[in-house]
Amino acid sequence: MAEPARQPVFIAFQANGDTIPIVDAIEQDNPHAQIDESPGMVKITAPGKLVVKRETVEEMAGRAFDLQELQVNLISLSGSLDETEDEFTLEWKL
Amino acid sequence: MSAVMKDKAGRQPPKKLSLKQNYEMLTRGLGWEPSYQKKEDIYSKLTYEGIHIHDWSAWEDPFRLTMDAYWKYQGEKERKLYAIIDAFQQNNGQFNVTDARYVQAMKIFLNAIVGLEYASHRGFNMLSREFEGVGPRVAAQMQAIDELRHATTQIHALSHYQKYFEGMSDFPQQFDRTWYISIPKSFFEDAQTAGPFEFITAISFAFEYVLTNLVFMPWMSGAAYNGDMSTVSFGFSAQSDEARHMTLGIEVIKFLLEQDERNVPIVQKWIDKWFWRGYRMLAVLAAMMDYMLPKRVMSWKEAWEIYFEENGGALFADLERYGIRMPKYYEQTIHEKGHMSHQLWSTFYQLRKAGGFGVWLPSEEEMDWMSEKYPDTFDKYYRPRYEYWRELEAKGEPFEFEGLPQLCQTCQWPCLFTEPEDPTQLCFRHSKYKGERYNFCSDGCKDIFDDEPEKFVHAVLPVHQILKGEYFREGADPRAEGFDPMFEALSYMGIKPGVDGGLFSEHVDAKKWEEWTGRPANIHEGPVSDAVRKTG
Amino acid sequence: MVDIKTSGVKPLRTGFTHLIERFGDKRPPNRYQEATYDLQPTVNFHYKPTWETEGERDLYDARRTTIVMNDWYDLKDPRQYYYGAWTMTRAKQQGALDQQIEFVTKRDLLGSLPDQAKAQIVWGIVPLRHYEWGANTVNSQVGAYGFGTAITSPAMMQAMDRLGMAQHLSRIGLFTDGNTGDSLDQAHGHWMNDAEWQGLREQVETLFVTRDWFEAFVAQNLVADSYVYPLFFSHFEAQFTRVYGASLSILTDYLLEWQKEVARWVDAVIKTAAKEGAENQQLLETWVSRWRAAFEEAVSPLAVELLGGDEAEVVLDEINADINKRIAKLGVA
Repeated sequence: MAEPARQPVFIAFQANGDTIPIVDAIEQDNPHAQIDESPGMVKITAPGKLVVKRETVEEMAGRAFDLQELQVNLISLSGSLDETEDEFTLEWKL
Repeated sequence: MSAVMKDKAGRQPPKKLSLKQNYEMLTRGLGWEPSYQKKEDIYSKLTYEGIHIHDWSAWEDPFRLTMDAYWKYQGEKERKLYAIIDAFQQNNGQFNVTDARYVQAMKIFLNAIVGLEYASHRGFNMLSREFEGVGPRVAAQMQAIDELRHATTQIHALSHYQKYFEGMSDFPQQFDRTWYISIPKSFFEDAQTAGPFEFITAISFAFEYVLTNLVFMPWMSGAAYNGDMSTVSFGFSAQSDEARHMTLGIEVIKFLLEQDERNVPIVQKWIDKWFWRGYRMLAVLAAMMDYMLPKRVMSWKEAWEIYFEENGGALFADLERYGIRMPKYYEQTIHEKGHMSHQLWSTFYQLRKAGGFGVWLPSEEEMDWMSEKYPDTFDKYYRPRYEYWRELEAKGEPFEFEGLPQLCQTCQWPCLFTEPEDPTQLCFRHSKYKGERYNFCSDGCKDIFDDEPEKFVHAVLPVHQILKGEYFREGADPRAEGFDPMFEALSYMGIKPGVDGGLFSEHVDAKKWEEWTGRPANIHEGPVSDAVRKTG
Repeated sequence: MVDIKTSGVKPLRTGFTHLIERFGDKRPPNRYQEATYDLQPTVNFHYKPTWETEGERDLYDARRTTIVMNDWYDLKDPRQYYYGAWTMTRAKQQGALDQQIEFVTKRDLLGSLPDQAKAQIVWGIVPLRHYEWGANTVNSQVGAYGFGTAITSPAMMQAMDRLGMAQHLSRIGLFTDGNTGDSLDQAHGHWMNDAEWQGLREQVETLFVTRDWFEAFVAQNLVADSYVYPLFFSHFEAQFTRVYGASLSILTDYLLEWQKEVARWVDAVIKTAAKEGAENQQLLETWVSRWRAAFEEAVSPLAVELLGGDEAEVVLDEINADINKRIAKLGVA
């Protein structure tokens, strides 16, 4: 029997220089995610769950990164959020 | 040296706190159980809505933001934002937008939204005082001050536009008095005059979480597409706060539902009410997206499908385990998604002399876009109407609605929407209360009134006020010779009669735009003046 | 890019209509004025507040205090804070404080103090995190039920400032206990149970049920702070420094500097309200003297415990003399 389709979560950022490494990191850590670009904005959607990992963003950006910095360029999100030092996770509990 | 070593050796080294621990240590224990005053006297507004809270500490803070971090990140956002606003002003960025029709949309957006952000600010100030738990209070006050930020940055962005275009220089007056801004004003005042739990369900959940993505995502992307970097900057910058507020919206719902089973039906009723209230309010956005953006990012219908049907659907699927279902009448929003923007724009067109912005008919090119985006509805119901009106315009006899429209007692729109199953029939509903008859645009609005008639009879409906002679400027004398009630009512509303509204092709903004930029005021039609040819 | 013949482009007006009406059109209104004046709706309120218990009141209603102003926007903030100016100022100050905190952390300046010094901090400073949370509550009340953006906006900034102070004081506690949070629990116990703290807690709780928001504003931001700030962060801190060095004052100086800044706003508001008329002036005088009596009595046992009886008397005299000077200047003595 097929697994029930998982409800989508998303996160969107302003499209600018600061967010390129963030989006790259998300892409690497969430191979199931879909990335949509529209004017000024990039939106990342994934079924069920989406994770931003500090370590990967740091790797992509080549500098130390505090996940709370995400807020500066965040536009929107959906799903239940859990934030720790290392991971910023969006997920539906079901 | 050795003393220090010894001292240190006798003690555990300071342990490193996680983000969550740090937030909880610095924040959670700040409150205390009062003993000199009764708790119910200190937090006096928490029981009358019927909500039961047993454990305020069960509140989970999704964003664990302490004030030091708040100032740091918000300070950085503000620095960036004002640098852009300053540059925009120095470079006359207002002329970089696609055309002067875009500015007409800005007028609706800004004249309304500043007051709405402010209302939201004041509402959250109340929660910042009234909630008993530290966690929800801190979340509420951060949102309170964020909303003040949004009102402020919007005024500062608007400040430059209003110096070059008409209809934006009286935003406080318009917010209090303009008939179509009475719609969102009444929405927020409905929430502000409700109890704290209804307010936060209405604003944080139903509005912010379920509906505001529709406002900010496609609309702001549309602003970017149309070259309005000032609006994009404050919009997206505001939206970065909004993301925090949205997580508050989902948290508050879970908190209320988990605290007590008796909360569930109350919360469901509020979700039904505020979903419908919010949906009706956003009708204006549907028209703005489909008709007022010279370059379009997506249609209202597409936005509704992505941001309500898909994302909202995911959300309500998640809430099912609490016994929460989709909001009442959501099916109707799906029926209406192919109609709403067209019905609303038609109404604005007909009532254009009473508007605070210029109005136009869609061009051939734009109608083709609508046919593509609305294959089931546009050609069948709306294209023929616009084509007929274009003919009348060509003959120099543009169609116009004479008289005053009937307003819905709840949402305050003119009764302009059609029957759920029949897009050719206008929908009217009525209720009797204490011998008076009240009118509604829909079943959703009638239900809301019927549940709280005592509240909604106090709605200030601009049309009723005009008929009562109470919507005129101080000193205006309706018995004086030559008294023009329409002129007086518009003046009262902060609208300059004969200047702010009317046909866009005759609008002063259009003429000025062509004179200043040498570009057509409407990229889809010929120029309205000689200025384009001369300089172009 | 668009080529605009800028010579031909003249703005149609210098500022928003309501600001030109207030200030004339000689110069464009500044950002503080734009963000403040006439922002609060004045007419066409749609519904009656369901939470109102004081009778027929509008959503925004000047009758929620007995102070009367002809124009509530006269209560302007001399700091001219709008959100951006406020938050950027605080970000800068916090940046400087972060450096001090780093200095203290690296050297474990508080953690390495002798136990009795730490006990003094936990008894005498850390419970004030609850006092600050109380001040947050009171200023939220002003922001919620106050009349006119000129007073409500800075009141909300003040509420947030107080949350920042409460968190800063909590951080001082964590320095003394190696981040276990034990100091916060102990301080909570002192605040709840120790006889010397009960007077202050009682007055703070009384402020929570003081429904006249202007009275609460005066009692908190003028009267209570005028006792609490100098007593703890000046006099107690000085005594502590004499014995244990400046490790505490590195962290508490911030609070004093902040208080100096907000006093300019508090004073301007009260002075303007007093000048408005004899009835306001009388009312303010009554409030000041009533709350002074209450807060002086409330902090006295704390002063005695922290400074010793003789010194406490001298210090309270000094504080009272400063308050006398301050309220005389405001016209509410």
